[in-house]
Amino acid sequence: MHEVGIATSILEAGHATAAARGSEAKLIGIGVRIGVLSGVDIDALRFAFECITAETEDDKVVLTTEKCPRVNRCDNCGNEFTSLQASPFTDAPCPRCQNTSTSFVSGDQLDIAFVEVEEP
Amino acid sequence: MTVVRVEQKVLNENQRIALDLRRRFEENHILCLNFISAPGSGKTTLLECTLAGFRPEEKIAVLTGDLQTENDARRLARYGFPVQQIVTGGVCHLDGKMIERHLEAWSLDDIDVLFIENVGNLVCPSSYDLGEEAKIVLLSVTEGEDKPLKYPSIFHKAALLILTKVDLLPYVPFDIEAAKANARQINPTIEILEVACSSGKGMDQWRVWLDQRRSKHHAASSAQSERQ
Repeated sequence: MHEVGIATSILEAGHATAAARGSEAKLIGIGVRIGVLSGVDIDALRFAFECITAETEDDKVVLTTEKCPRVNRCDNCGNEFTSLQASPFTDAPCPRCQNTSTSFVSGDQLDIAFVEVEEP
Repeated sequence: MTVVRVEQKVLNENQRIALDLRRRFEENHILCLNFISAPGSGKTTLLECTLAGFRPEEKIAVLTGDLQTENDARRLARYGFPVQQIVTGGVCHLDGKMIERHLEAWSLDDIDVLFIENVGNLVCPSSYDLGEEAKIVLLSVTEGEDKPLKYPSIFHKAALLILTKVDLLPYVPFDIEAAKANARQINPTIEILEVACSSGKGMDQWRVWLDQRRSKHHAASSAQSERQ
Protein backbone atom coordinates (compact mmCIF):
# COMPACT_ATOMS: atom_id res chain seq x y z
CA MET A 1 0.00 0.00 0.00
CA HIS A 2 2.89 2.39 0.71
CA GLU A 3 4.84 1.01 -2.23
CA VAL A 4 4.11 4.11 -4.34
CA GLY A 5 5.93 6.21 -1.76
CA ILE A 6 8.78 3.71 -1.62
CA ALA A 7 8.99 3.62 -5.43
CA THR A 8 9.11 7.42 -5.51
CA SER A 9 11.96 7.44 -2.98
CA ILE A 10 13.83 4.87 -5.07
CA LEU A 11 13.44 6.94 -8.23
CA GLU A 12 14.54 10.10 -6.41
CA ALA A 13 17.62 8.32 -5.06
CA GLY A 14 18.43 7.13 -8.58
CA HIS A 15 18.17 10.63 -9.99
CA ALA A 16 20.27 12.08 -7.17
CA THR A 17 23.03 9.56 -7.87
CA ALA A 18 22.90 10.24 -11.61
CA ALA A 19 22.90 14.03 -11.08
CA ALA A 20 25.97 13.74 -8.85
CA ARG A 21 27.85 12.35 -11.88
CA GLY A 22 27.16 15.40 -14.01
CA SER A 23 24.30 16.83 -16.00
CA GLU A 24 25.01 14.54 -18.99
CA ALA A 25 24.53 11.31 -17.01
CA LYS A 26 21.25 9.60 -17.78
CA LEU A 27 19.58 7.29 -15.29
CA ILE A 28 18.86 3.88 -16.82
CA GLY A 29 18.56 1.47 -13.93
CA ILE A 30 18.28 1.12 -10.15
CA GLY A 31 18.96 -1.98 -8.04
CA VAL A 32 17.33 -2.42 -4.65
CA ARG A 33 17.55 -5.00 -1.88
CA ILE A 34 14.30 -5.82 -0.13
CA GLY A 35 14.33 -7.94 3.02
CA VAL A 36 11.46 -10.33 3.72
CA LEU A 37 10.84 -8.40 6.96
CA SER A 38 10.95 -4.95 5.37
CA GLY A 39 7.18 -4.70 5.07
CA VAL A 40 7.50 -4.04 1.35
CA ASP A 41 5.89 -6.33 -1.20
CA ILE A 42 8.13 -6.70 -4.23
CA ASP A 43 5.34 -7.25 -6.78
CA ALA A 44 3.46 -4.21 -5.50
CA LEU A 45 6.68 -2.20 -5.58
CA ARG A 46 7.40 -3.17 -9.20
CA PHE A 47 3.85 -2.30 -10.16
CA ALA A 48 4.09 1.06 -8.36
CA PHE A 49 7.41 1.80 -10.05
CA GLU A 50 5.88 1.06 -13.46
CA CYS A 51 2.97 3.35 -12.69
CA ILE A 52 5.03 6.32 -11.59
CA THR A 53 7.46 6.05 -14.52
CA ALA A 54 4.95 5.28 -17.29
CA GLU A 55 4.82 7.95 -19.98
CA THR A 56 7.53 9.99 -18.31
CA GLU A 57 11.16 10.41 -19.29
CA ASP A 58 11.89 7.63 -16.79
CA ASP A 59 9.77 4.98 -18.51
CA LYS A 60 12.89 3.09 -19.64
CA VAL A 61 14.48 3.02 -16.18
CA VAL A 62 14.86 -0.63 -15.15
CA LEU A 63 14.17 -1.56 -11.54
CA THR A 64 16.10 -4.62 -10.35
CA THR A 65 14.95 -6.15 -7.08
CA GLU A 66 16.81 -8.62 -4.93
CA LYS A 67 14.78 -10.37 -2.25
CA CYS A 68 16.89 -10.81 0.88
CA PRO A 69 16.24 -13.71 3.24
CA ARG A 70 15.89 -13.54 6.97
CA VAL A 71 19.21 -14.47 8.57
CA ASN A 72 19.39 -15.75 12.13
CA ARG A 73 22.37 -16.81 14.21
CA CYS A 74 22.24 -19.84 16.47
CA ASP A 75 22.79 -18.79 20.10
CA ASN A 76 24.45 -22.13 20.77
CA CYS A 77 26.88 -22.82 17.92
CA GLY A 78 26.97 -19.45 16.14
CA ASN A 79 25.85 -20.93 12.83
CA GLU A 80 24.09 -18.40 10.61
CA PHE A 81 21.18 -19.73 8.60
CA THR A 82 18.68 -18.17 6.25
CA SER A 83 15.07 -18.46 5.19
CA LEU A 84 13.10 -16.63 2.54
CA GLN A 85 10.09 -17.10 4.73
CA ALA A 86 9.62 -14.13 7.03
CA SER A 87 7.71 -16.09 9.61
CA PRO A 88 7.58 -18.22 11.64
CA PHE A 89 11.28 -18.42 11.89
CA THR A 90 12.90 -17.57 15.18
CA ASP A 91 12.00 -20.91 16.69
CA ALA A 92 13.24 -22.84 13.69
CA PRO A 93 15.95 -25.16 14.94
CA CYS A 94 19.50 -24.47 13.85
CA PRO A 95 20.13 -26.81 10.93
CA ARG A 96 23.55 -27.64 12.40
CA CYS A 97 22.90 -28.29 16.11
CA GLN A 98 19.06 -28.25 16.29
CA ASN A 99 19.08 -25.57 19.01
CA THR A 100 15.89 -23.45 18.87
CA SER A 101 17.23 -20.29 20.49
CA THR A 102 18.44 -17.98 17.74
CA SER A 103 19.01 -14.25 17.23
CA PHE A 104 18.04 -11.99 14.39
CA VAL A 105 20.88 -10.91 12.09
CA SER A 106 19.25 -9.36 9.01
CA GLY A 107 16.22 -9.44 6.76
CA ASP A 108 14.64 -6.02 7.14
CA GLN A 109 16.70 -4.29 4.43
CA LEU A 110 15.19 -1.63 2.23
CA ASP A 111 18.36 -0.49 0.50
CA ILE A 112 19.53 0.94 -2.81
CA ALA A 113 22.36 -1.34 -3.98
CA PHE A 114 23.36 0.28 -7.25
CA VAL A 115 22.39 2.82 -9.86
CA GLU A 116 23.08 2.42 -13.58
CA VAL A 117 23.80 5.51 -15.61
CA GLU A 118 24.63 6.14 -19.26
CA GLU A 119 27.42 8.62 -19.66
CA PRO A 120 28.54 10.26 -22.89
CA MET B 1 26.91 2.17 -19.14
CA THR B 2 28.29 2.77 -15.66
CA VAL B 3 27.13 0.92 -12.57
CA VAL B 4 27.43 3.07 -9.47
CA ARG B 5 27.49 1.15 -6.17
CA VAL B 6 25.31 3.12 -3.81
CA GLU B 7 24.63 1.34 -0.51
CA GLN B 8 22.09 3.65 1.02
CA LYS B 9 18.69 3.21 2.56
CA VAL B 10 15.75 3.73 0.22
CA LEU B 11 14.18 5.87 2.92
CA ASN B 12 17.39 7.84 3.39
CA GLU B 13 15.61 11.16 3.61
CA ASN B 14 13.12 9.85 6.17
CA GLN B 15 16.00 8.28 8.10
CA ARG B 16 17.85 11.60 8.18
CA ILE B 17 14.79 13.37 9.56
CA ALA B 18 14.16 10.56 12.07
CA LEU B 19 17.73 10.75 13.37
CA ASP B 20 17.35 14.49 13.81
CA LEU B 21 14.03 14.02 15.62
CA ARG B 22 15.61 11.37 17.88
CA ARG B 23 18.46 13.74 18.73
CA ARG B 24 16.00 16.52 19.57
CA PHE B 25 13.90 14.16 21.70
CA GLU B 26 17.01 13.13 23.61
CA GLU B 27 18.22 16.67 24.11
CA ASN B 28 14.83 17.64 25.50
CA HIS B 29 14.42 14.43 27.53
CA ILE B 30 11.27 13.48 25.64
CA LEU B 31 10.09 9.89 25.64
CA CYS B 32 8.45 9.35 22.24
CA LEU B 33 6.32 6.25 21.64
CA ASN B 34 4.86 5.26 18.28
CA PHE B 35 1.58 3.28 18.50
CA ILE B 36 0.84 1.03 15.54
CA SER B 37 -2.04 -1.36 14.94
CA ALA B 38 -4.75 -2.33 12.49
CA PRO B 39 -7.74 0.03 12.41
CA GLY B 40 -10.04 -0.63 15.35
CA SER B 41 -7.58 -2.35 17.69
CA GLY B 42 -8.04 0.40 20.26
CA LYS B 43 -5.15 2.83 19.91
CA THR B 44 -7.26 5.92 20.55
CA THR B 45 -9.14 4.30 23.43
CA LEU B 46 -5.90 3.16 25.07
CA LEU B 47 -4.52 6.67 24.72
CA GLU B 48 -7.69 8.16 26.19
CA CYS B 49 -7.44 5.89 29.24
CA THR B 50 -3.72 6.62 29.51
CA LEU B 51 -4.20 10.40 29.35
CA ALA B 52 -6.94 10.16 31.98
CA GLY B 53 -4.35 8.74 34.38
CA PHE B 54 -1.90 11.64 34.19
CA ARG B 55 -1.95 14.64 36.53
CA PRO B 56 -2.93 17.86 34.71
CA GLU B 57 0.50 19.43 35.30
CA GLU B 58 2.34 16.60 33.58
CA LYS B 59 3.86 17.42 30.21
CA ILE B 60 2.17 15.02 27.84
CA ALA B 61 1.45 15.60 24.14
CA VAL B 62 -0.20 13.55 21.41
CA LEU B 63 0.07 13.49 17.63
CA THR B 64 -2.61 11.36 16.05
CA GLY B 65 -2.66 10.34 12.40
CA ASP B 66 -5.60 9.47 10.19
CA LEU B 67 -6.37 9.52 6.49
CA GLN B 68 -9.26 11.89 7.12
CA THR B 69 -11.14 13.68 9.92
CA GLU B 70 -10.13 15.35 13.18
CA ASN B 71 -12.29 12.92 15.18
CA ASP B 72 -9.45 11.32 17.13
CA ALA B 73 -7.87 14.66 18.06
CA ARG B 74 -11.24 15.81 19.37
CA ARG B 75 -11.57 12.67 21.49
CA LEU B 76 -8.05 12.98 22.86
CA ALA B 77 -8.20 16.74 23.47
CA ARG B 78 -10.83 16.24 26.17
CA TYR B 79 -8.10 15.26 28.63
CA GLY B 80 -6.54 18.72 28.63
CA PHE B 81 -3.18 17.86 27.07
CA PRO B 82 -1.97 19.30 23.76
CA VAL B 83 -3.12 17.20 20.83
CA GLN B 84 -2.67 17.66 17.10
CA GLN B 85 -4.33 15.70 14.35
CA ILE B 86 -2.19 14.77 11.37
CA VAL B 87 -4.53 14.32 8.42
CA THR B 88 -2.50 12.41 5.85
CA GLY B 89 -5.07 12.88 3.07
CA GLY B 90 -4.87 9.27 1.97
CA VAL B 91 -1.29 8.40 2.86
CA CYS B 92 -1.31 5.11 4.77
CA HIS B 93 1.40 5.90 7.34
CA LEU B 94 3.08 8.78 9.17
CA ASP B 95 6.58 9.80 8.13
CA GLY B 96 9.31 11.84 9.77
CA LYS B 97 8.50 14.99 7.86
CA MET B 98 4.91 15.02 9.13
CA ILE B 99 6.14 14.73 12.72
CA GLU B 100 8.75 17.44 12.21
CA ARG B 101 6.18 19.80 10.71
CA HIS B 102 3.63 19.31 13.48
CA LEU B 103 6.19 19.71 16.25
CA GLU B 104 6.86 23.25 15.05
CA ALA B 105 3.67 24.34 16.80
CA TRP B 106 5.00 23.21 20.20
CA SER B 107 7.91 24.07 22.44
CA LEU B 108 9.76 20.82 23.11
CA ASP B 109 10.55 22.06 26.64
CA ASP B 110 6.89 21.59 27.43
CA ILE B 111 6.85 17.89 26.54
CA ASP B 112 8.07 14.94 28.62
CA VAL B 113 6.13 12.20 26.87
CA LEU B 114 5.04 12.35 23.23
CA PHE B 115 2.55 9.74 22.10
CA ILE B 116 2.26 9.25 18.36
CA GLU B 117 -0.82 7.38 17.21
CA ASN B 118 0.00 6.14 13.74
CA VAL B 119 -2.51 5.62 10.95
CA GLY B 120 -4.46 2.39 11.50
CA ASN B 121 -2.45 -0.02 9.37
CA LEU B 122 -0.33 -2.98 10.37
CA VAL B 123 1.97 -2.89 7.35
CA CYS B 124 3.22 0.45 6.05
CA PRO B 125 3.90 2.36 9.31
CA SER B 126 6.48 -0.27 10.22
CA SER B 127 8.80 0.98 7.45
CA TYR B 128 8.96 4.59 8.67
CA ASP B 129 11.15 5.60 11.60
CA LEU B 130 9.64 8.61 13.38
CA GLY B 131 12.53 9.11 15.79
CA GLU B 132 10.61 7.25 18.49
CA GLU B 133 12.17 5.52 21.47
CA ALA B 134 9.97 2.48 20.88
CA LYS B 135 7.25 1.18 18.62
CA ILE B 136 4.27 -0.30 20.43
CA VAL B 137 2.02 -2.67 18.52
CA LEU B 138 -1.58 -3.30 19.58
CA LEU B 139 -3.53 -6.45 18.81
CA SER B 140 -7.13 -6.81 20.00
CA VAL B 141 -8.64 -10.14 20.93
CA THR B 142 -11.32 -9.70 18.30
CA GLU B 143 -8.61 -10.14 15.65
CA GLY B 144 -6.78 -13.34 14.75
CA GLU B 145 -4.08 -14.73 17.02
CA ASP B 146 -1.96 -15.45 13.94
CA LYS B 147 -1.56 -11.77 13.05
CA PRO B 148 2.06 -11.67 14.26
CA LEU B 149 2.82 -14.40 11.72
CA LYS B 150 0.89 -12.66 8.94
CA TYR B 151 2.38 -9.22 9.57
CA PRO B 152 5.85 -10.06 10.90
CA SER B 153 7.51 -6.74 10.08
CA ILE B 154 5.82 -4.68 12.78
CA PHE B 155 5.99 -7.42 15.43
CA HIS B 156 9.68 -7.75 14.64
CA LYS B 157 10.28 -4.04 15.21
CA ALA B 158 8.02 -3.40 18.20
CA ALA B 159 9.40 -3.34 21.74
CA LEU B 160 6.01 -3.94 23.31
CA LEU B 161 2.86 -5.80 22.28
CA ILE B 162 -0.34 -4.70 24.00
CA LEU B 163 -3.18 -7.17 23.71
CA THR B 164 -6.33 -5.08 23.98
CA LYS B 165 -10.02 -5.73 24.76
CA VAL B 166 -9.08 -8.76 26.89
CA ASP B 167 -12.38 -8.42 28.78
CA LEU B 168 -13.98 -9.88 25.63
CA LEU B 169 -11.96 -13.10 25.89
CA PRO B 170 -14.90 -15.17 27.26
CA TYR B 171 -16.93 -14.27 24.16
CA VAL B 172 -14.43 -14.66 21.33
CA PRO B 173 -12.44 -17.65 20.08
CA PHE B 174 -9.07 -15.93 20.61
CA ASP B 175 -6.26 -18.11 21.93
CA ILE B 176 -4.22 -15.58 23.90
CA GLU B 177 -1.34 -17.94 24.64
CA ALA B 178 -1.06 -18.78 20.93
CA ALA B 179 -1.01 -15.06 20.12
CA LYS B 180 1.85 -14.50 22.57
CA ALA B 181 3.76 -17.50 21.25
CA ASN B 182 3.32 -16.25 17.68
CA ALA B 183 4.61 -12.81 18.60
CA ARG B 184 7.63 -14.34 20.34
CA GLN B 185 8.38 -16.49 17.32
CA ILE B 186 8.86 -13.31 15.35
CA ASN B 187 10.48 -11.33 18.15
CA PRO B 188 11.72 -13.35 21.16
CA THR B 189 12.43 -10.21 23.22
CA ILE B 190 9.07 -8.49 22.70
CA GLU B 191 7.37 -7.50 25.96
CA ILE B 192 3.66 -8.28 26.23
CA LEU B 193 0.88 -6.66 28.25
CA GLU B 194 -2.85 -7.38 28.41
CA VAL B 195 -5.32 -4.55 28.85
CA ALA B 196 -9.04 -3.85 28.74
CA CYS B 197 -9.76 -0.15 28.77
CA SER B 198 -13.47 -0.54 29.51
CA SER B 199 -12.81 -2.34 32.82
CA GLY B 200 -9.37 -0.87 33.53
CA LYS B 201 -7.82 -4.35 33.61
CA GLY B 202 -4.09 -4.27 33.03
CA MET B 203 -3.90 -0.47 33.00
CA ASP B 204 -1.72 -0.49 36.15
CA GLN B 205 0.87 -2.74 34.50
CA TRP B 206 0.81 -0.56 31.39
CA ARG B 207 1.39 2.52 33.56
CA VAL B 208 4.29 0.74 35.32
CA TRP B 209 5.83 -0.10 31.93
CA LEU B 210 5.44 3.52 30.86
CA ASP B 211 6.93 4.95 34.05
CA GLN B 212 9.87 2.55 33.87
CA ARG B 213 10.52 3.60 30.30
CA ARG B 214 10.28 7.25 31.31
CA SER B 215 12.83 6.96 34.10
CA LYS B 216 15.14 4.80 31.99
CA HIS B 217 14.91 7.22 29.09
CA HIS B 218 15.37 10.24 31.34
CA ALA B 219 18.47 8.73 32.95
CA ALA B 220 19.94 7.83 29.57
CA SER B 221 19.29 11.20 27.95
CA SER B 222 20.57 13.08 31.04
CA ALA B 223 23.78 11.06 30.97
CA GLN B 224 24.03 11.85 27.28
CA SER B 225 23.71 15.62 27.82
CA GLU B 226 26.25 15.54 30.67
CA ARG B 227 28.79 13.89 28.39
CA GLN B 228 28.35 16.65 25.81
